Amino acid sequence: MTAMLNVRDLRAYYGQVQALHGLEFELHEGSLTTLLGANGAGKTTTLRAICNMVRSTGSIQFEGKTINKSSTESIVKLGIAHVPQGRGTFTTMTVEENLQLGAMTRKDTKAIASDIERMYAHFPVLKQRHTQQAGTLSGGEQQMLAVARALMLRPRLMLLDEPSFGLAPLIVRDLFKILGKINREDKVTILVVEQNAQLALELADKAYVIETGRIVMSGNATEIANNEDVRKSYLGY
Amino acid sequence: MSALQEVVNDTQPVETTPKKYMALGTTASVVVVLLLCLAPLIAKNFVIFQMTMVLIYAIAVLALNILTGGSGQFSLGQSAFYAVGAYSSAILMENFGVNYALTLPISGAICFLCGYLFGLPALRLSGIYLALATFALATAMPQLLKLHYFEHWTGGVQGLVITKPDAPFGLPMSQDMWLYYFVLVVSMVIYVASVNLLKSRSGRAMMAIRDNEIAASAMGVDVARYKTLAFGVSAGITGVAGGLGAIAVQFVAPDSYTIQLAIALFLGMVVGGVGWLPGSIVGAAFIVFVPNIAEEFSKGLSGAVFGVILVLIIFLLPHGSRQIAYTVQNWVHKLGRRG
Amino acid sequence: MDLFLNQILAGIATGAIYACMALAVVMIYQAIDHLNFAQGEMAMFSTFVAWQLMQWGVPYWGAFVLTLAFSFAGGVIIERVLFKPLGNAPVLTHVAGFIALFAIINSVAGLTWDFTIKQFPSPFGSSPFLGSQLISTHQAGMIGVTIVLLILLFLFFQYTRIGLAMRAAASQPESARLVGINTSWMIALGWGMAAAIGSIAGMLIAPVVFLEPNMMGGVLIYGFAAAVLGGLSSPFGAVVGGFLVGVFENLAGTYIPGVGNELKLPIALALIVTVLVVKPTGLFGRTIVKRV
Repeated sequence: MTAMLNVRDLRAYYGQVQALHGLEFELHEGSLTTLLGANGAGKTTTLRAICNMVRSTGSIQFEGKTINKSSTESIVKLGIAHVPQGRGTFTTMTVEENLQLGAMTRKDTKAIASDIERMYAHFPVLKQRHTQQAGTLSGGEQQMLAVARALMLRPRLMLLDEPSFGLAPLIVRDLFKILGKINREDKVTILVVEQNAQLALELADKAYVIETGRIVMSGNATEIANNEDVRKSYLGY
Repeated sequence: MSALQEVVNDTQPVETTPKKYMALGTTASVVVVLLLCLAPLIAKNFVIFQMTMVLIYAIAVLALNILTGGSGQFSLGQSAFYAVGAYSSAILMENFGVNYALTLPISGAICFLCGYLFGLPALRLSGIYLALATFALATAMPQLLKLHYFEHWTGGVQGLVITKPDAPFGLPMSQDMWLYYFVLVVSMVIYVASVNLLKSRSGRAMMAIRDNEIAASAMGVDVARYKTLAFGVSAGITGVAGGLGAIAVQFVAPDSYTIQLAIALFLGMVVGGVGWLPGSIVGAAFIVFVPNIAEEFSKGLSGAVFGVILVLIIFLLPHGSRQIAYTVQNWVHKLGRRG
Repeated sequence: MDLFLNQILAGIATGAIYACMALAVVMIYQAIDHLNFAQGEMAMFSTFVAWQLMQWGVPYWGAFVLTLAFSFAGGVIIERVLFKPLGNAPVLTHVAGFIALFAIINSVAGLTWDFTIKQFPSPFGSSPFLGSQLISTHQAGMIGVTIVLLILLFLFFQYTRIGLAMRAAASQPESARLVGINTSWMIALGWGMAAAIGSIAGMLIAPVVFLEPNMMGGVLIYGFAAAVLGGLSSPFGAVVGGFLVGVFENLAGTYIPGVGNELKLPIALALIVTVLVVKPTGLFGRTIVKRV
């Protein structure tokens, strides 16, 4: 089986500073992969490089097509939804407008309307607040909104940057359950970057560990979870 | 993000030259000062007058640099302080017979007070709103100077004529040349004082406010005090420039100090490099010479020529003349390493 | 009392000019987060184009539509050629760019059409409106057009996908790109729309102040003031601000002793600054809560 996303020798730079040093990994269609690592390891940069939001070299292929040189907008149009760190909420707009923005690349007005209803079914809290300004939502609600907004694209691949950040543990569990469901039922390939390694490993079927801009370990999630070093460094037992 | 925030984030730190470049900076300064000292000996009187104006505008641009580059506040009202300084000197000289040199500190003090008082309400405003408030000040000033209540002193629309000072102690030089050297000394004193101010505790406090107001206040910087202080100092220095300008032109009138002057000073700051004090003189030269060049190029289209020159400059050097300085620095540094 | 009411009415009539200009100012501020200092000159240039078309025999409404199209294209081109390349240059550099644009347009218009004032026709005529000496049919028509424009803009931004995309691009550019919006073209579109609205303002203002290259200088200042007073984030606020500034200015001219025509502007500005000191985001501006 060929990989849906194939990343080879990825190097990324912020000005003069190199953040990624020849990263290599691949995602298979329908998989749920997690990218683990400490602060500053390059997790966020990896996601940003996939969407061409940071200067990078190397090769990134999505479904056989090289996307390095494409603009962020056109990468999104290929069906890659990116939920950025800090959720990227359109704070001054209503919840419903946020969802509509998620479907900006689509032209099928009717399907969009029904998708919005589907999102409300997934996340009932958004339905309650659909006319409210998104900036007034709580952190957890905004994260739900961000995931829902990304799904409105009908993505083939979804990139999530620390979805658990700043959320209460119970809410994080809910969110991860929903992500699992999306992966299984909607057949969306997911790459989730996490610091909460325990939860991420429970959820994922494949995992990569990244350290100072390099992949240092990869394997099935259960293997990784049982690895001595990973347990010590990321799981804390 | 508020516009001020952007101004703040865009302005680069003032005076952060690393030690190894100091020698280069010093050499450059010495060369520039020498050139400035020797130039009048070969130039014609009119050119000397123009160079005097360059120095005077350089002082005014420097004042704006202290406000914008130093404390992150933005003003379109510098022409108002310039006018107050000019009129203060003119009135003191003509109505009270004060010596021209002595009027300068008085003008500076009056403007410092005006700036400080204006800075108080301006504390509540930032970015675009502050720009509008200072803009209001700039448009009001010529009208205020025309008011008949003050006509006894200001001369109303007619303005005041000032006698040009002679060189003292019977020195054998023309009035223009004497005034040039006088302005040169004043501007160097102000430049050195400004550099030291920005390096001082107060300067660091102002820059902390520029970079992050909330963080600065959390560190115990008295934000209100330093912001108003920056306004006061900037206005005071502008006032001295205004006084010198009045003496050099030998004339003050309300319509010499319109918003156009404020815009010119602003352009001078951008062309020189926002927050880079040595750039002030480059910016001032731009203000004085480029309109003339444009005029010579084409009478009918002088505005367009000026605009095109300005566009070329900001395209090639979005950070103003400091960009050239940095390039030269890097270049010399590389040569040094190779050698 | 009669004088007072009359002055208010007259203020509203002049306010319509400012409201129209303020709308264009807010439009571009929404798109690019800057005040465009050359906006007045762009409007002036558009108005001259309309005038020229009419001189060539094009009927008023034909010239009106052509000018709208010309201005839209002109706005887009200026953005593409001048301001897109400036990209991430500091804000103050952008402001210098606006000033340069101002000088260029003013100078070119002066050379092409010279500085003598020209009559510009009004589609509404200039007879007294409903028998009032203070407000003419043209001024009434202007108020009408401003309000219609406001409603159209509201509908555009609230109910069309492209309007939504433009708002998104302006408020959170990075997130907007992540949902597939081409933010760069949204900015160009904002320029085009602002230029078109500005041209409408110019064509409505020209019959009142006469057509000449410097006609917009004062008007733009009032337009800025109105936009800032109303809150730069609100087209509705800009229009209300425009009318308020017009009324302010008239009342100050009438009731404050010693205020001639000359001091009207400073007094109006001072009042606005006072309002801003009390309410720094303008009357209808959205307060943005900053997280540190």
